[in-house]
Amino acid sequence: MDALVEVSGLTKRYGDTLAVDGVDLTVLPGEVYGFLGPNGAGKTTTLRILTGLIAPTSGDVRVLGGKPGQAEVLGRTGSMIESPAFYPYLSGLDNLRLLAEYAGVARRRIDEVLELVDLADRAKDRFSTYSLGMKQRLGVAAALLKDPELVILDEPTNGLDPAGMRDMRRLIRELGTGGRTVLLSSHLLGEVQQICDRVGIINSGRMVAEHNVNELRGEQELVVRADPKDQAQAILSRFGTVHQYDDTLRVAVDSSRAAEVNSVLVGAGIAVSELHMTERALEDIFFELTTEEKADVG
Amino acid sequence: MLGSYRAEMLKLRKRSAVWVLFGAGLVLSLIFGYLLPYLAYTTGDDSPSTEGVPRAEVLRGMLPERVIDNTIGGYPIFAGALALVLGAIVIGGEYTWGTLKTVLTQRPRRGTILGAQFLALGTVIAFWVLGIFVACALCSVGIAAAESGSMTWPSIGALLQGLAGGWLVLMTWCLAGAVLAVAFRNVALPIGLGVVWILGIETLLAGVVSSLLPGLKWLTNTLPGTNAGSLVFSVTTMTPSDAPPGVRDAVGGPRALLTLFAYCALFTALSLWTTRNRDIT
Ligand SMILES: Nc1ncnc2c1ncn2[C@@H]1O[C@H](COP(=O)(O)OP(=O)(O)OP(=O)(O)O)[C@@H](O)[C@H]1O
Ligand SMILES: [Mg+2]
Repeated sequence: MDALVEVSGLTKRYGDTLAVDGVDLTVLPGEVYGFLGPNGAGKTTTLRILTGLIAPTSGDVRVLGGKPGQAEVLGRTGSMIESPAFYPYLSGLDNLRLLAEYAGVARRRIDEVLELVDLADRAKDRFSTYSLGMKQRLGVAAALLKDPELVILDEPTNGLDPAGMRDMRRLIRELGTGGRTVLLSSHLLGEVQQICDRVGIINSGRMVAEHNVNELRGEQELVVRADPKDQAQAILSRFGTVHQYDDTLRVAVDSSRAAEVNSVLVGAGIAVSELHMTERALEDIFFELTTEEKADVG
Repeated sequence: MLGSYRAEMLKLRKRSAVWVLFGAGLVLSLIFGYLLPYLAYTTGDDSPSTEGVPRAEVLRGMLPERVIDNTIGGYPIFAGALALVLGAIVIGGEYTWGTLKTVLTQRPRRGTILGAQFLALGTVIAFWVLGIFVACALCSVGIAAAESGSMTWPSIGALLQGLAGGWLVLMTWCLAGAVLAVAFRNVALPIGLGVVWILGIETLLAGVVSSLLPGLKWLTNTLPGTNAGSLVFSVTTMTPSDAPPGVRDAVGGPRALLTLFAYCALFTALSLWTTRNRDIT
């Protein structure tokens, strides 16, 4: 399968700031790709380059087999970058109408996307009267208007309430299963874990890791709450790298060795009050990677 | 291109600021072209309000024969400033609302979209000119009927020439507003600078140059306001003494026409080049 998005060595410099620094990224057809990173990591900048809004300083970028920003590529890409931007004096419906005029999309598609994001009953109200969540949903509706092969969404759940977030994530998941390719950015780890097939982690403009979300789920950790903690940590380090989270210790061992760990700790006179296996959360990996990176730079 | 044009027209048609600007231009034209002169005519026998202008002259100025004078007499300055505001709010709004990125990621190329925007602005200005013309024509017919004045109209050629000249003057100022809006990615600054230029600086410059530095006259004769005023002067029947502010015969009609075309081309080219080559953030 040919990649829908192929980026290599992408760099964008703003004066002294390297917003994007040598990013490589590949998005395959039909997948939901999560672009994960903290504030200022360079997510929006990368997505702006992919939609042709800004020119890269250097690097190769191919989107849908063409150059970003080409009419033919834009016509098959739907996007919402940064925040939903519409004409405040027009209704949601009129805003979509004029986008449909630009893009050459049939009118009836407008009702479909409004229905999809659950905005049909407020479609005739002015955009300026919309709540933040409604604006966000209109942005997603606009991104879907062209019935695009590639959907690029920059923090699509920004500003949504819990129910809205759930609906939005379900919608994005459905886009993925419906054969569309989705590239979304987020700084919410759980979100990416829930809806993405693959995740790329970016920090300070650099890709620090790329993972298959299923693989990540497979990694298991043993969570130990024990007293005294220092001694417990020393013993656990014989089994693997130990991380400390709040007042628990975590060590990457297989569940088959949990009983052994327990008996060694108890044998050393350590009181074990909790011991269970857990899936290694993306969050851990994320903090590990992004803080290491920061330590390097600092 | 057609789809983009229709989208732009939808945006302009539904925007109340566009109607407010048009309304302001219309009301100003009618007040200065008909209401005030008519009051002067009806109230003054030989009162000071007519300032020595014979009443018959005042009436003649309001009859159908002079309809073009009243339609486009205010274009170089007052309506021009309104057209500049139109260009600045329409193009600058895309930057302040961030809608430019939404529009530029649809499908058409950047040049196509800006071209459609300018075409739509040209259309709206054509409607402005026609709207003001119709209102002025109705007033002049009314006054001619009430005061049993002559109902002679200018020739069709003179009418068309006047309306087209008026359109070009407004379009020049509108594009000036647009290019400033592109340059500053903003609405307020272009309006401020543009209006100060039209209403103040250019008149001031012309005054200073003609009285103190006659050697620099060639320079002021290349400015857009001077040429707008000269074009209006050349397509109307005004004389230097009864011309409204800004309308004067600094340069000849053909030269004014070419200069305004050159300004339009320059403003369009600058806007296009900048929009196509700049990062949209
Ligand atoms: N137009 C610009 N001019 C100068 N610097 C910029 C510009 N746009 C972005 N940057 C810088 O580039 C870096 C990356 O910004 P970017 O918006 O891509 O981050 P992000 O990952 O989207 O962050 P967030 O999660 O906060 O949206 C930041 O340091 C930012 O200050
Ligand atoms: Mg961002």
